[in-house]
Amino acid sequence: MSDRRHESYGRPDGARPGSRLPEAQAGRPGPQRPFGGPMGGPGRGRRMLMPGEKPKDFRGTLKRLIKYLWPRRWQLATVFFFAALSTVFSILSPKVMGKATTKLLEGVMMKMAGVPGASIDFEYIRNVLLTLVALYALSTLFNYIQHFVMAGVAQSTVYQMRKDVMAKLSRLPLKYFDSRTHGEILSRVVNDVDMVSSTLPQSLTQLITASVTLVGTAVMMLSISPLLTLITVVTLPLSVLVTMGVAKRSQGYFMGQARTLGELNGHVEEMYTGHKLVKAFGRESQSIQAFKEINERLYENGWRAQFMASIMFPLMGFVNNLGYVIVSVAGGLLVMRQAIAIGDIQAFINYSRQFTQPISQTANIANIIQSTVASAERVFEVLDEAEEAPDKEDAPVLQDVKGLVEFKDVRFRYKEDVPLIENLSITAKPGQTIAIVGPTGAGKTTLVNLLMRFYEVNDGVIALDGYNITELRRGDLRTKFGMVLQDTWLFNGTIRDNIAYGRPGATMEEIVAAAKTARADHFIRTLPEGYETVLNEEASNISQGQMQLLTIARAVLADPAILILDEATSSVDTRTELLVQEAMQELMKGRTSFVIAHRLSTVRNADLILVMDNGTIVEQGKHHELLAKGGFYAELYNSQFYGREREKRAG
Amino acid sequence: MIRLAKYLRPFVLFIAAALVLVYLQAWAELSLPNLMAEIVDKGIVRGDTALIWRVGGRMLLVTLGGTVAAVIGGFLSARISSGFGRDLRNRVFAHVQEFSLREFDKFGTASLITRTTNDISQVQQVVQMSLTMVVRAPMMFLGGVMMTTARDPRLSLTLLAVLPVIIGAITFVTKKGMPMFKAMQKKLDKLNLVLRENLTGIRVIRAFNRTDYEAARFNDANRDLTQTALRVQRIMAVLMPIMMLTMNLIAIAIIWIGSHRIDTGLLEVGGLMAFIQYSMHILMSLVMVSMIFVMLPRASASADRINEVLECVPSIADPVATGTTVATGTTADAGMVSGDAEASQPAKEPETAKKPDEQAEESRQARGARLEFRDVTFSYPGAEAPAIRNISFEANPGEVTAIIGGTGSGKSTLVNLIPRFYDVDSGVILMDGVDIRQMTQEELRARIGLVPQKAVLFTGSVADNIRFGKEDASIEEVTRAAEVAQAREFISEMQQGFDSPISQGGTNVSGGQRQRLAIARALVRKPDILIFDDSFSALDYRTDARLRAALREYTRDATVLIVAQRVATVMDADRIIVLDEGRLVGNGTHKQLMETCEVYREIVLSQLSEEEVA
Repeated sequence: MSDRRHESYGRPDGARPGSRLPEAQAGRPGPQRPFGGPMGGPGRGRRMLMPGEKPKDFRGTLKRLIKYLWPRRWQLATVFFFAALSTVFSILSPKVMGKATTKLLEGVMMKMAGVPGASIDFEYIRNVLLTLVALYALSTLFNYIQHFVMAGVAQSTVYQMRKDVMAKLSRLPLKYFDSRTHGEILSRVVNDVDMVSSTLPQSLTQLITASVTLVGTAVMMLSISPLLTLITVVTLPLSVLVTMGVAKRSQGYFMGQARTLGELNGHVEEMYTGHKLVKAFGRESQSIQAFKEINERLYENGWRAQFMASIMFPLMGFVNNLGYVIVSVAGGLLVMRQAIAIGDIQAFINYSRQFTQPISQTANIANIIQSTVASAERVFEVLDEAEEAPDKEDAPVLQDVKGLVEFKDVRFRYKEDVPLIENLSITAKPGQTIAIVGPTGAGKTTLVNLLMRFYEVNDGVIALDGYNITELRRGDLRTKFGMVLQDTWLFNGTIRDNIAYGRPGATMEEIVAAAKTARADHFIRTLPEGYETVLNEEASNISQGQMQLLTIARAVLADPAILILDEATSSVDTRTELLVQEAMQELMKGRTSFVIAHRLSTVRNADLILVMDNGTIVEQGKHHELLAKGGFYAELYNSQFYGREREKRAG
Repeated sequence: MIRLAKYLRPFVLFIAAALVLVYLQAWAELSLPNLMAEIVDKGIVRGDTALIWRVGGRMLLVTLGGTVAAVIGGFLSARISSGFGRDLRNRVFAHVQEFSLREFDKFGTASLITRTTNDISQVQQVVQMSLTMVVRAPMMFLGGVMMTTARDPRLSLTLLAVLPVIIGAITFVTKKGMPMFKAMQKKLDKLNLVLRENLTGIRVIRAFNRTDYEAARFNDANRDLTQTALRVQRIMAVLMPIMMLTMNLIAIAIIWIGSHRIDTGLLEVGGLMAFIQYSMHILMSLVMVSMIFVMLPRASASADRINEVLECVPSIADPVATGTTVATGTTADAGMVSGDAEASQPAKEPETAKKPDEQAEESRQARGARLEFRDVTFSYPGAEAPAIRNISFEANPGEVTAIIGGTGSGKSTLVNLIPRFYDVDSGVILMDGVDIRQMTQEELRARIGLVPQKAVLFTGSVADNIRFGKEDASIEEVTRAAEVAQAREFISEMQQGFDSPISQGGTNVSGGQRQRLAIARALVRKPDILIFDDSFSALDYRTDARLRAALREYTRDATVLIVAQRVATVMDADRIIVLDEGRLVGNGTHKQLMETCEVYREIVLSQLSEEEVA
């Protein structure tokens, strides 16, 4: 794998932090989210001020997003319908409640005026209140239905989107994965998808309720008193001004805060993971100094951002209260002139409070939608990536593969302008061993990539038993190869399942037999749970060498016609290494093998040695031929195996 | 949580001011309905226009005052909580820097990172909230209760009906909601795990043609998560509407009961209106309290985790006595093991003898140090068996001492003891005759250059990374170190040479390149003791051999320790130490060991084929 990195260290996105995942997770704590939404409170103000990430193509992406939701249009329509209904009902209620107050005041006024037989009309009030109970109950019910259906829509969208992305990933060429960090891909599949499907339906609903509320309250206010409405509307530009003003100022601070926080986290992560080095080189004070400096900047940005967020609420409250006072005073005067009923004033105050809400809410939603679309864009980017060319429908099915592998004039480059493999022609006859040697970073894995069709050749043909491998189904082709690489990959499951990965449906006997061939049976049996031992996430419950034995067992069970082996067994303890070596020898019997060779015996006995340097094959031939040539191989051989040669003389 | 309160001490005045402001703000908020009631009951009912204007003006003043209080309060609480967070972070970070590896093992690096970043942010947020919401909610609650009781004590009893609902909601969230959220988090982790496995194992998956199987596995996790998330959302969706409904129903009840009380003259209409508004304040503050109940346990868990870090005393401390500036070969030191005085003398001689001709060449040249392990035993905390036991050997200046053995034989443990990442359980490690525990850590480590097993690089340029070993190294020194480490060639191939950026963890260079840079970093110090902890594993034999040749030249007098897996790497060493399961089983040259040490022979045979050795 190291070869791959060597080739791509200059890539432009190398500096892009792959750590967006943890940060994003920290920013959006999952469990509290349901509270953050409806309860609003101080959290809302802050979120509103957070600058969203801007999408590159807002309209186009939004269109695609809507298309994505299209299959769920009926559920969405239901949601919107009930949301609107619930809002309408809750808008009606203050007006109705006002009626009760009016009647109440009427009765009181008449009583005070000494009208004979005057009394409060309790029957009327009771009816009004019962209507209110019904209104509230219905509003609550509709609200719940809306949330209930919405949860379904959101979750099924997230499910579908994840599924689509996963399906897409399985069709993407290796090139895609090699040029990106895992963190980056994970972040798109997990965070961005989650962001889209959870916030989009929610913000759409909010948009609906906000606009219904705005229109509804306006209508109600107008119906109560156009004059008071006018007075209230005067405060409107004020609240817009406040929102905009604060938001604008705070954006810079919030961005600064996010940036410095990222920097701080980066520094902590780096210094803690490199703690041993910091200690060894006595750099504690420099590390602390750097931390303090970043921390101070975080503080400067942080408190300003927080201050801005915290004054948003009181300022809006002030504007609201201003309206409240004006309405109270003006309303009081109007009531005295009998121009308006007292209950209407009460209702009006309620409405005027509701009125400013949707405005700040919309600003919030606009921001959320913006970052949602930005997330969606990143997801769509994945879905739009160029896929591997599909397999041919009428691809021949390989049976009884003999293992004849031919490279004919193969040309391959990772980057168009960097020549790598030019006109390579080799033939590996069935059962032969091809050793690949060369210094670190020589690009030995490139050959593996081409053989397995992880990458496609630019020119020329690679043929297996005479078939051009591009004519075959990838799955079919790959099962003919067995791969034992240096970075062992095992998954979080039992040892048995991991071995059986090579051949689904293998019987227990076959698995044990494969483990025996791979010299793994013994150590597996010493584990408390034997074959049923569950490998943990990092497979840290077995050693590196044991992992390698398991991957060999996996390859044995798969029984491939051709082998690709990486002999490097660094950080494997010596006894296990002996076993690994034995197991590999056993595995190679009778199979065409491509071996990334580190052992002299393998190199000398190989039918063909490919000497690689800087990604290209510089020499090829047999051991003695190459030695006689006195070229790169001879030099490599002499330095690499110098110690051993000396040993030979000594022994 | 309380224990962290001492970090608030510098802000005591600010806090007092903030609390007063919160109080003023609550008071302003609470006076408004009363004033409005006055407008209704005195102004409207009696037709007093002047009073309406007057009271209106008062309302304006009150609300303005409240806003000003809120803004200043916001300013103060922002300064306080951010300042608190900053101080706490500084403190925790500085404290962690003092930790030895034992403490890092205890907490785990990932956990320490979370504690320094997320947990502190969590607590900081609570401080911020306490200064606004937590103080405000009870104030509003009490104020509201007082106001309603003043208006009509009996009517205010109606409010009691809400309590069960609120309490019910809080218990529901904590008892039922929290476990569900946790379950959801677990399922999300599972999904991430499958995904990560798919990314890391993509070659294997495709090689075995198991894409469909993996898709099914992912789908299972996906469906499982979706179902749980759906259930959680649907249940939580009940909560808010119910709360709202309760509040509205209470308002209706108040109107109904209130109207009867107005009828009997116990209450006025404006009073009723005010009463309803106060009730809403009370209910809102109760909702806030319930939110605090949800947040507090999380924050206090965070606070506990931070305290654990702060209270953890680093297990390795510098000697208490001042003036322990232990010069090479100081014999009179208190920590000296008896009989050591004689032992340290000979070490000094070759050193002084060599010195002059070298200093001509370069300003500071490694002079080496005589390192001695004397009956050293060490076990990791909680481990049953010692990782290494009764190890004794010497490593001398100008010599290469190699340490070989299988995985788990204790090689890395052994070298980790030298810079005192851990302290020995028994026995002593002596440097030029002085117990290393008698030296300050700084002093000790200044003489050591370590190349760790895992080559970690830091963000910065290539040169920055090499200078990590010696801050004031000249560009010549840096270049020379890179050259010896066989890193010169690939550095010059990089676009900006020594100024080329290294990304976090060094992910933009290959494993072998990382390792060579790590070697250069140690070399630039020209340390007396140079330790390579299995540092050649990512290098091919050719680079390995060249590097060792260049090293010999560069480190002539230094004491070099090489931990290795490869026989070829250690074969030419002056001394090879063979470890097996924590015990020293061989000590000698290659030739000697081939004859005397069974374990060593086995290792050699496993790496070189029979014919090569024979």
